[in-house]
Parts: sequence; C-alpha cells; structure tokens
Amino acid sequence: MITVTDARKTYGDFVALDDVSLEIPAGSLTALLGPSGSGKSTLLRSIAGLEDLDGGNVRIDGEDVTHQPPQHRGIGFVFQHYAAFKHMTVRDNVAFGLTIRRRPKAEVARKVDDLLEIVGLDGFQHRYPAQLSGGQRQRMALARALAVDPQVLLLDEPFGALDAKVRADLRRWLRRLHDEVHVTTVLVTHDQEEALDVADRIAVLNKGRIEQVGDPVSLYERPENDFVMSFLGAVSRLGDRLVRPHDIVLERDHATAASRQAAEGAVGPLVAARVDRVVRLGFEVRIELTADDGERFVAQVTRAEAERRRYTAGEDVVAWALRSEEPVGAGPVA
Amino acid sequence: MSTTTQPVGAPPSPAPPSAAPARASSQGGRRRRGGPGGRALGLGVVGLWLSLMVLLPLAALTVRSFDDGLSGFWAAVTAPAALAALEVTLGVSVVVALVNAVMGTLVAWVLVRDEFPGQRVVNALIDLPFALPTIVASIVLLSLYGPNSPIGVHLNATRWGLGVALAFVTLPFVVRSVQPVLIELDREVEEAAASLGASNTTIFRRVVLPSLAPAVISGTGLAFARAVGEYGSVVLIGGNIPRETQVVSQYIQQQIEIDSPAAAAAVSVALLSVSFLTLFVLRVWATLSQRREASTA
Ligand SMILES: Nc1ncnc2c1ncn2[C@@H]1O[C@H](COP(=O)(O)OP(=O)(O)O)[C@@H](O)[C@H]1O
Repeated sequence: MITVTDARKTYGDFVALDDVSLEIPAGSLTALLGPSGSGKSTLLRSIAGLEDLDGGNVRIDGEDVTHQPPQHRGIGFVFQHYAAFKHMTVRDNVAFGLTIRRRPKAEVARKVDDLLEIVGLDGFQHRYPAQLSGGQRQRMALARALAVDPQVLLLDEPFGALDAKVRADLRRWLRRLHDEVHVTTVLVTHDQEEALDVADRIAVLNKGRIEQVGDPVSLYERPENDFVMSFLGAVSRLGDRLVRPHDIVLERDHATAASRQAAEGAVGPLVAARVDRVVRLGFEVRIELTADDGERFVAQVTRAEAERRRYTAGEDVVAWALRSEEPVGAGPVA
Repeated sequence: MSTTTQPVGAPPSPAPPSAAPARASSQGGRRRRGGPGGRALGLGVVGLWLSLMVLLPLAALTVRSFDDGLSGFWAAVTAPAALAALEVTLGVSVVVALVNAVMGTLVAWVLVRDEFPGQRVVNALIDLPFALPTIVASIVLLSLYGPNSPIGVHLNATRWGLGVALAFVTLPFVVRSVQPVLIELDREVEEAAASLGASNTTIFRRVVLPSLAPAVISGTGLAFARAVGEYGSVVLIGGNIPRETQVVSQYIQQQIEIDSPAAAAAVSVALLSVSFLTLFVLRVWATLSQRREASTA
C-alpha cells in the first residue's frame, strides 16, 4: 500500500503538487489521470524518490520513505521513453538489478529467462535495445523493473510513445500481467480511455490537486464535478447540465419527450433543438444538434435506434437525458 | 501475442517507432542523394583538395626520407638521439593523453552537471589553449614554473615541464568531445538504474561511462596526436636537452639546422606512422563500441 499525505511540490511560484493526499491499496492497479501539466508525473516521481517533496510524506507498506533515495524504496519504475541501457543486451538490461546485487549467476539466469518469457521476449536475449521495436523495448523495461521484485511498480506514461494499435495491445497485456503478478501498480496517463481500460482505480488530477478517486465505473457515472465529468468522456451540455452524449434521447415533440422522461423517472430540462448533421460511425451514430438557445451539442445513439427513428438534418426534435439527476457542478455554469 | 509481430528494425531511440521504420528511412536516404553528376563533382573536388593538402606533402616527405636509401632511412630513425627523442615524445604524450582522459571527462562532467558561479567563463576558458599561440603558452609556463618561479615550482627543462606544457595545449580535446555527449545523455537512464538499486558509482561505471567511452576515446586520441606533434609550447620550458627533454619536433629541427634533411624527413615519417596508427586503432575501437548501440541489423 502506498500512502501519500499532504504532498507538496513547487517550482518557484508554480505549485506542481498542492497538498495531495492519496491512498493506493495494495495489489491495485491505480491510474493517475489528468491533463498535461496537472502534476501526475511529479506525484509518481515523488513516490519513486526521483523528486524531493517540499512538504508531506510518502509511505510504502507502512514505512516512511519520504527521505529515502530511490535505491532504497523497493520500487520498479518504467519511463515513457524506455530508458533502456543501450550498450547492454536485452538479457543484461533485465539482469541489471540482480547483477548489481551480486545474486548467484544461476539464479539471475533463471529469473531473467522467466521474465523474458512472461513479457514475450524469449529469443531476444542477445539483441540490443536498438534492435527492438518500441513495444518490445517497453516490455523489456517492464521485465527489468519486475526483476528486482519491487513492492510497487510505477509506470510513467508507459505507452505514450507507441502507436495506437501497439498501445492498446500493450495495456491489455499489462492488465493480464497485473492479474497474474498482483504487484501494487501506479500508472500515469493523460488518456482517459487507457485509464478506464486498464485501471481498477483512478485518481483524477487537475492543477496539482486530486479531483476525485474511485473505480472507473463510479467515476464515469457519478463524477463529482464538471472537470471529472468532462475529462472521463465526451459530454454535451443540455440546458444547465452536462450529460453523456449516449444518454441523450431525441423525441419528435415536447409531449412525447415529457411523458417518456417521466416514465423513465428522469429529471432535467427538455431542450428543443434542430438536427444539423447525422454522422454514422460504425455501430454508433452521432447526431449534431443546435438547441433553441444556440448551444450546439452532440447526441449519440445506436445504429438500430437511428434506423428506427430516421433522423434527418433540419428536423426539429426535443432532447432529454436519461441520466442527469446526478449533481453536475454547483449549479448552472455560464 | 500480436505485439511480437512488430517490425524489428526500429530506428534508434528515442525516435517513435513508426509502422514501417525501415522503409521510411530508406526513402529519406534516397531523397538526400544527389544525381550522379553532382556526386562525381563532389568526389572530385574533395579528392583534389585532400591530395593537395594532405597526400602530396606526405608523399613528398616520404620520398625525401628515402633520399639515402632504405639503410639511410633506418640509420636515421635508429640513431640513439632520434630514438631517445621518440621515446621521450611518445612516453610523455601517452601519460598526458591518459591524464586528459580522466581530467577532461571530469571537467566536462562538472561543466555539464553542476552549477556554479562563473560557469560560463570557465566554459569559455577551456578553448583558450586553442586560441593562444603556443609560444605564448610556453612563455606563460616559463614565467610561472621557470627559474624565477613566483610560486617556487621549478619545472624548467624537466619532463614534468614537458608534461605540463602538453597537458595545457591538449586540455580542450577530451572536454569538447565529451561535453556534447554528456548534454545529450538521457537522464532517465540514470534514474532507471537508481530505481533498480544502483549506487551513484555503479551508475557512473555501468551506465554513464559506457555511453561516454567513444567520445573519451576519440578525444584522448586527438590529444595524443596533438601532444606528439607539439613544438611551440615546449620550446621554452622543455629545455631541449638531448635524451632528456628533447622531443621529436625539436630533434627534427636540429637535423634541419645541421643540414641533414633526409634524416629529418625519416624521423618525421616514423613519428607520423605512430600517430596515424594510434588514431586509426582508437577510431576503430570507438566505432566498435558505438556500433553496438546503434546497430539495427
Ligand atoms: N523541473 C521542473 N522545473 C520546473 N517546472 C517543472 C519541473 N518539472 C515539472 N514542472 C512543472 O510542473 C507541472 C507538472 O508537471 P508534471 O507532473 O510533469 O505534469 P503531468 O505529468 O501531469 O503532465 C508542469 O506544469 C511542469 O511544467
């Protein structure tokens, strides 16, 4: 378990971490999610001991490591740009943490072979990092970090330098790996899809503060404020509320809308709008609309729904949202 | 696993792995190449220039050195005074080059990694030995370490004096070849080593030094070559004592003065061969240690 208490970090006048407190349960895979510059990396690097905090403390499994150098924190760290030891083979890279601890050769060999098999790099032992693809380099870096049996595994935008396909493959693979190895893992990402896909807990950061912590579903469905709502997925503004585009229902007239909304037990505004455009995106259909008050918004419906209703551009509709009873922000936002 | 089917020939890090890196880079190469006419012209100009500047004088020198035949060449090179001068020169140069390898790396490290007041000035001062006429360096060293030394250190006409003079003029080589590599060095690699438990000395020895090695080697080679050929800075402080502090360049001048140009040329060729061989070996070594990192085969 990692416990961060009132962590504070400033660069001159700039507050990178503003008294951040966070508890990361043992065995979890927690994502630190936030826009660029929100302090995610600073928080992760402070847990690792790669940054010194100006205030607050960090505990790993109960031990106060605030003033420990990274060498003594029992961590494994994976960097966005791999940080491979370029002059060493894959085998020597993975073995590094063990050889500097002067472990017996046979033990090192066995462990390295096991890890290379786990990360799918057996057969690449004698290559140099320059001879690997980006995805392979990152898996080598993961094996290298896992070789020292870290208490916690810290990943700083580990898939950020990879292209979309490899990124998606690798994060599912990381998820499976975590299910097997169960090491407490913290992953920094600015990609909400990545966080929702891989993590079992998400901490949303913004401007050096934590906005909300929770499991992916509750964060997505019950965001505590507009920032979390907008950051975790697409949003549309309907009247005075933020709603998910796929929660928006479009009816032909006000009366039908009102009765269906009542039947669903939903509350919230009924918004008269005009369809601007209907875009088919595979199995989903995106409908772009302009409300009476001039506000543009987007609704997302399934293909089946779209074919049943036959929305066309120029058509007048009334929109309401299935889910808007959750308090979104403190009242209407101008 | 689907991710293992990635193309293996990725570009050297930290370039992002594109879908087809090999193809992309070969296209780039094709575009850069000029037409056949332009290439021939370029080769011709470079060939002519190098011939005029380097090859012709070397050939003339070599021909001159055999004026008295092979036996004359051999006699000139193996004359006791000539051998002694070669020995002094190479001996002191090797020591100076090695000292440079260590101190130059240290200076570069401090200039890149530390912050201290006056850093820019010190950085600019490193190039001074390049800018200063070497005879000026000799005068400075003589007034500092000569018979009237204000600090009471007398190195005049000793091998120490030679060493100090050569170390002064060769200072920039290692510093300036290591510095840019150090600036470009990825700090995250050191952080990764630290997170794996490596102490600072282990990080330096196992991670930093191997990356610096090619630069250190080539800088040291240049320093050595320069030391071997140095004349101006040792003229005054060296003392020119045959078999003690006389360096090859001084011996060669002496041969010219006593009107024996063939002997001068013969010793020059011998010196040249040693320098060239050293530079060549060091270059191969540096290339080998670099190739491992960059290889894409
Ligand atoms: N060494 C530094 N010096 C000055 N500012 C820094 C330094 N490191 C980070 N910052 C600033 O701190 C803020 C948070 O950085 P970071 O933790 O890397 O954000 P994130 O990982 O969320 O993108 C950024 O605005 C960045 O400019």
